[in-house]
Amino acid sequence: MRLATRLRIGVLVATVALVEGLCRAGVIGAFTMIPPSEMALSLWRLLRAGQVQADMRRTLTAVGIAVGSSIVVGIVAGAVVHALPRLRRTIDPLLAAYYSVPVFVFYPMFIVIFGLNDIPKVMIGFLYAVAVMIINTLNGLDRVAPVLLKTARVLRMSRAATALRVVLPCAAPYLFTGIKLAIAYSFIGVVGSEFILSSGGLGYQIGFAYHDFNNPTMYALILFILSFVLVVNMTLHAWEKALMARRGLR
Amino acid sequence: MFARPGQASLHALGPIDLDLQTGEFFAVVGPSGCGKSTLLDVIAGLSPFTEGAIAINGKPVGQGVPEGLGAVFQDDASFPWLTVRDNIAFGLRQRGVGQAEIRERVTGALELMGLTDFARAYPAQLSGGMRQRVCIARTLVLEPRLILLDEPFGALDQQTRLLMGDELLNLWRQTRATVLLITHALDEAAMLADRVGVMSARPGRFLEIVETGWPRDRDSTIVARPEFGRITGRLWSLLRGESLKALRHQSEPR
Repeated sequence: MRLATRLRIGVLVATVALVEGLCRAGVIGAFTMIPPSEMALSLWRLLRAGQVQADMRRTLTAVGIAVGSSIVVGIVAGAVVHALPRLRRTIDPLLAAYYSVPVFVFYPMFIVIFGLNDIPKVMIGFLYAVAVMIINTLNGLDRVAPVLLKTARVLRMSRAATALRVVLPCAAPYLFTGIKLAIAYSFIGVVGSEFILSSGGLGYQIGFAYHDFNNPTMYALILFILSFVLVVNMTLHAWEKALMARRGLR
Repeated sequence: MFARPGQASLHALGPIDLDLQTGEFFAVVGPSGCGKSTLLDVIAGLSPFTEGAIAINGKPVGQGVPEGLGAVFQDDASFPWLTVRDNIAFGLRQRGVGQAEIRERVTGALELMGLTDFARAYPAQLSGGMRQRVCIARTLVLEPRLILLDEPFGALDQQTRLLMGDELLNLWRQTRATVLLITHALDEAAMLADRVGVMSARPGRFLEIVETGWPRDRDSTIVARPEFGRITGRLWSLLRGESLKALRHQSEPR
């Protein structure tokens, strides 16, 4: 194991141990936070009792739909904008300003339009994720060297073959970055929406447990979301690093 | 082949009349911005032209790249996501050549270009000269009858260029293909080519076509011969005035 990896694990373990100690010693009160070991235990109990599976499924499905649609729409929209330089010049400032929009302000409007179901939160997750996907697609397409396209033409490749075998693999690392961020943003959008107003899902259950002074459930679910997002993100990160290293990009 | 591209909307090329003989090594030198690369793009069917006609083996070149043509450019065109082996096999796969034949031809090309030990490497792990060799190999496995080279060694250092020149001569002899080399290096043209077309400043046209008279079996050691100096000197005496013109033109406000 590399030194950096060992140090990283060390820092994590030490932090958890410190929190555990502070909770056990009573420095952090039981109404504020429960020890990490009890969070894990509580999560285990909830899972065994089958109490949280439906909410997990509901949240992860909503995130999945938001991620999938933002990736497809983002790549297609990015490709179209890239092909039309004038359109791009027009909307570039808008794309840059998009980040400053707190998408959540549209949530009440979506509920009015679609009702209190899962569609509004998928919309929020989608809106958070799609812009970053468009921007990363544009970035990836910008990095396709003209000489590679020229080579494709000399090889008498069709437009479809060029797109599939030259442009797509060339832009892949940047699309990958976009996908990674789209997943993170979709999670924020969906879970955040559930906190604000919804009829179910992990965010809803965390909020419910909070109002109910049910710290074991609240911290168990927080732990679950945290671990899930971390595992997904670290897996993608490792994959991305391998992809980039092969090309000498990092 | 017969090339006579005329005025484009940007008048890039003057009237050009070029007759490449099958199997010859023809080099084009000229001042920067004279339209050398445009000439190559037009012959390759990559750029449209407004006047004139081009034919390869009697078949006219219109829009689109003609069959049996290969090209290597100055910029690194290796595919960074593929290994050296897959890079070289790329064009063959594109054409739907059988797996067994691809393996055989690629292995041959790897050997020929001295890349066998790097077959599994990615371009990022190679030097610029090796990457350019990958691009040359990728073109060669397709067995083109006409190879267009647009300053393929432009980004390499002088020693590597001389050695790559040797390799190129070797390949040219073995494949019996016709080679058109665009270069700004007079010594490179003088050493490699059977004939050297000297272009004028823009709009480029041929000032003169210099015959080198080298034997087919030659290598970079000919630079020690007195003829080499004479040919290079002849090229420079033709080009000196044009290069000055091009330089003045470039420094003019546009």
